[in-house]
Amino acid sequence: MKKVTIHIMPKKDVLDPQGKAIQTSLSALGFSEVEEVQTGKLVEVFMKDSEDINQRIGEMCDKLLANPVMEDYHFEVEEAVRS
Amino acid sequence: MKFAVIVFPGSNCDRDMYHAAGDVLGMEADLVWYETGNLENYDAILLPGGFSYGDYLRSGAIASASGVMQQIKAHAGAGKPVLGVCNGFQILLEAGLLPGAMLPNKHLSFMCHHEALAVANHETRFTTSYDKGEIIHLPIAHGEGNYFADDETLSELKRNNQIVFTYENNPNGSAANIAGIINRQGNVLGMMPHPERAVEKLLGSNDGFRLFQSLIENWRNAYAANL
Repeated sequence: MKKVTIHIMPKKDVLDPQGKAIQTSLSALGFSEVEEVQTGKLVEVFMKDSEDINQRIGEMCDKLLANPVMEDYHFEVEEAVRS
Repeated sequence: MKFAVIVFPGSNCDRDMYHAAGDVLGMEADLVWYETGNLENYDAILLPGGFSYGDYLRSGAIASASGVMQQIKAHAGAGKPVLGVCNGFQILLEAGLLPGAMLPNKHLSFMCHHEALAVANHETRFTTSYDKGEIIHLPIAHGEGNYFADDETLSELKRNNQIVFTYENNPNGSAANIAGIINRQGNVLGMMPHPERAVEKLLGSNDGFRLFQSLIENWRNAYAANL
C-alpha cells in the first residue's frame, strides 16, 4: 500500500484571492514580515502499488483532482503506514 | 420541443429552470435525476445552477465526472443545444465542453443581485430575439464566477465571436468582462447570470424570456426546414 500526497496550487499568474485575504489578515495581526500567501489543496490517496503508479496518479490529477487551466500539481509517493 | 433539466445532488435552480421552460414557455420539460436519465429523446439539455456535490474539490468538478456527462457530451456532439447556467456553466467548463475555468470572485464575497449585461453576440441560436449590443438585466448569484482563461484562449473566443454576454460593470473580475460564452459549433452556451430567474415581469425582469424564446424559435425553424 502506498500513500500519495498530492499538492495542488493555483498557477503562478492566476489570481488567488483567498491567499490575498489571508495575507491581509496576517498583516492586521502584526505579522508584517509576510510578503505573500498562496493557498491550495492537499489530497492524500491510499492506493495499491503498481509499476505505473506515477502515471496513474498523473492521470487522476489531469482528469479530476486538478484543473490544468488554473492549477499546477506535484505529488510524493511513500510507503503507507496505517495505524 | 422537449427539455431535460438535469438534477444533481445539490442543484437548487432546477425548479426555476423547469418553471421557465415548462410553465412560462409552455414546452415539454422533465426534471431528470443524473443517475437514471436517458437523454436520447430530448431536444435540449438544461444544466441548472446550485452547488452540485457541495462544490467539493472545485465547483462543478464532481458533477463533470459523473456518468450522465457522457450522454451530455454525445448530445452536444450531435449538435443539439445545451444551456448551462451558473453551476451548470461551471460543470460545462470542468467537463471541457467550454474553454476556461472559474476562480473565486475578485472580492471573495458571494454576490446576489441584478447585473446589466450586453448581448455581445445576438446571432447565436440562444440570442436571436435580442438586438445587437442590447443591454439586458439578469440576476447573478455566485461566489465563483470570475472567468479565467489564458490569453490565447481569450483571443480565440474573441476571434470566433464566442463571447455571448459581457458584464457592463464587471462584478467579479472576469477576464474580458465575460458573463457567457458559446462553443465553436454554437450549440453549447454557458453563462453565470440566471435567465431562468428573469422570465416574468412580476419577478423584476423578463429579459431572460427571450433567450428561451430564441432557442425554441430556432429549433422550430430548423425542424420545419428538415421536414
